[in-house]
Amino acid sequence: MNDLMLDQPILQLKGLEKRFDLDQGFLETVKLRKGKFVREQRSVHAVNNVTLDVARGEALCVVGESGCGKSTVARLVAGLLHPSAGEIHYDGERIDDRSRKSMLPLRKKMQMIFQNPYASLNPRMTIQQALEEPVRHHNPLLSRGEVREKVADVMQSVGVDPLWSGRYPHEFSGGQRQRIAIARALTVDPEFIIADEPISALDVSIQAQVLNLMLDAKEQRGLTYLFITHDLSVVEHFGTKVAVLYLGAVCELAETTTLFANPKHPYTKALLSAVPQLNDDKPNHIRLKGEIPTPINMPSGCPFHTRCPSANNRCMTEKPRPLRQPDGSTVACHAVEENRA
Amino acid sequence: MSLLSVRDLTVKFAMRDDTVTALNQISFDLAKGERLGIVGESGAGKSITGFSLMNLISKPGFIDNGQILFDGEDVAQMSDKALRDMRGNRMAMIFQDPMVTLNPVLTIGQQMVETLRAHRKLSKAEAAQIAIVKLREVYIPSPEERMDQYPHELSGGMRQRIIIAMALLLDPQLIIADEPTTALDVTIQADIMELLLELCQSNKVGLILITHDLGVVSQMTERTLVMYAGRIIEAGKTREIINDPQHPYTQGLINALPQQTLPGQKLKQIPGTMPSLTAIPRGCPFSPRCQYAVENCRNTLPEVVQYAGIEVACHEVKRLHNDRLEQSA
Repeated sequence: MNDLMLDQPILQLKGLEKRFDLDQGFLETVKLRKGKFVREQRSVHAVNNVTLDVARGEALCVVGESGCGKSTVARLVAGLLHPSAGEIHYDGERIDDRSRKSMLPLRKKMQMIFQNPYASLNPRMTIQQALEEPVRHHNPLLSRGEVREKVADVMQSVGVDPLWSGRYPHEFSGGQRQRIAIARALTVDPEFIIADEPISALDVSIQAQVLNLMLDAKEQRGLTYLFITHDLSVVEHFGTKVAVLYLGAVCELAETTTLFANPKHPYTKALLSAVPQLNDDKPNHIRLKGEIPTPINMPSGCPFHTRCPSANNRCMTEKPRPLRQPDGSTVACHAVEENRA
Repeated sequence: MSLLSVRDLTVKFAMRDDTVTALNQISFDLAKGERLGIVGESGAGKSITGFSLMNLISKPGFIDNGQILFDGEDVAQMSDKALRDMRGNRMAMIFQDPMVTLNPVLTIGQQMVETLRAHRKLSKAEAAQIAIVKLREVYIPSPEERMDQYPHELSGGMRQRIIIAMALLLDPQLIIADEPTTALDVTIQADIMELLLELCQSNKVGLILITHDLGVVSQMTERTLVMYAGRIIEAGKTREIINDPQHPYTQGLINALPQQTLPGQKLKQIPGTMPSLTAIPRGCPFSPRCQYAVENCRNTLPEVVQYAGIEVACHEVKRLHNDRLEQSA
C-alpha cells in the first residue's frame, strides 16, 4: 500500500441528498389550487447536502434525533437506497451509481448491523445456516470444512459457543442475537461496518458487552465504523469523530473530544445538555422552543432557526455553510460565524 | 403515615404445568408526595410492580400473597367498583407509548371529558374547562384547538404531555410512570421529565418512576429501588445509591455506563444475562454473574439488611464495603 492510499479517506460523501416522493405517479401529483390544476410533488427531504469523510480506522458516529436522516445516511452508504443527488466514494471509487452486480465485491468489504437482531436474523434458519450463507456467497471456492471452521472461529470471537450453532434465533437472548448479527457481519472479513443503532434495543449491562465486542473487533481487525446512534454517552465512548445531524443536514462535525469539551452549534449544545447525568443535581438543560419541523416543509434558511435561541433574520433566509473552526471542527451556523452564539 | 405501603407482595403467573414467580416478596413504602425510582433491566419485574399497585395484573397472572396498602386500604382486596373508583382518580398511570393509552378514534377533548365525568358530577362544558386548564399546565400551545384534535395529529412529545395532563386531571395522590420517555428523543425527554418533576412538586403528588435509565432516576427521584429477577436487591436514598452502591449488581450497572470509563477503553461489563423467571438460580439470583460470589451465595438467599443507610440483599456486603474502603485508603 502506498502513502496515497493511506491518506485517502475510506468513505467520502459529497453533497449527498435523498428525497422520498410522497406523491407516487402522475395523477397524485396533480392538485387543485385556486380553481386551477397544477402539478406539485411533495417530498420528504431526508438527507440534505451531507458532505463528510471517514478515514481508515476511524469510528464516525452520526447522531441526531428521530427523523433527522441518520438511518437514511447509513442505508445510502450501504447501497440499500439510491441517493437523489450527490456522490458516494469508497476507496476513491464512486459507488452510488453502480449496478447490483458490480456492487457485489464491495458488499464483502462493507457490512451492516441493524438495530433489531430479531428482525435481521431469519427465524427459520439455524445460526449455523445464517452465518454460513454470507461466507459461501462471497467465497464460493471454500470447502465445507473451511466454511464451518470460519463460522466457528467467528462465533468464538463474539463470545457465542459454537456448540449452539444448531439453534434458532428465538432460542437466544437479545444480547446474544446481536452478537450473532455482529458475527454474521464479521464472517466475510469486512473492513468497513455500518452499524445502525446496534445497541439501542439492549439492556444496560448487555449494551456494555456488545460495545466492548465492537471495540475489540475494531482493534483486532482494524475495522472502520460508521456508527448511527441517538445515545450521546455511547458516542463519547466509542466514536473518534462525530457528525451531528438535524433535519438531514450536518450542523457540526468534530473530533469526539473536541465536540464534548467545546460544542459550538446551538443544537449540539442543547442536545448535550439534555442527556441525564448521574451526578448532576441541578441539570442546566437548554430548553428548545417548539418541535422538530417535518422534513416535508423544510424551513427556509438554516433548518434549525425555528427553534434556535440565537436565530436572527439572516438565519431565516440564508442557509449556513459548513465552516472550518480553528480547533478543526466544522460548524454550519451563522451565529457561530458572527460570534454571537 | 405513608401513602403507599407494600408488604411481601408476590405475583405469580400460571404456566401450563406450574407457576413462575414474577415478583418475590417485595416490600417498600412511599410517603405522601415522595418520588421513588424503580430501576432494573428487562425482566426484573419493574413493570409488574407498577401494574400490581393498580391491581392490573390479569390472567394468567395473579397476586399470590402480600398487601398493597394505599391510603390505608388494601388494593389487592378491593372490589371491582372500588378499583374503578381508585384508578385514574386517586392513582394514575403513565405508559411508555402514548398511542396505546390514547384512543385513536376519539378527540383529545372527548377522552379528557369522559375521564373527568366518570369520576365527578360535571357537565360537559365544566369538564372541558378543567381539561383546558390541565392542558395549559403541561404547556400545550393553544389547548382549545387541541381539544378537537385526534391523537394522530400530534407529535410524540405532545402526546406524552397530554397523557400527563390526563393523569393529573383528577388530582391523584400518586402517579406511576412506566418508562414515560423511553420512546422519545433526548431533548423531548428532558422537557417531559422537567415538566413531570415540576408538576409533582407543585401539586405534592407522589411519583413512582419505572425506568432502566439511571441518569433519569438520579435527576428525578429521592429514593430508589433496584430490582433483579423479581426481587428488590437494593433500596435507599437515590443520591447514596448512585454515589456508593452496596450491591454488586447496582455497582455493575453503574460501572457499565459509558460515562464511567475513559473514551476508547473497554467498558466494565457484567458477564452473562439476567436469568429467565423459569430458571432462577438457587441462592442469590445474581450469584452466577457476581465476581464476588462465595459458596454461601450459591446456596442461601440473602436477606435484606440495613447497611450504610441502604437496604441491601447481599451476604457479602460488609466484606465488600470494607475492601472498597481499604482500596480507596
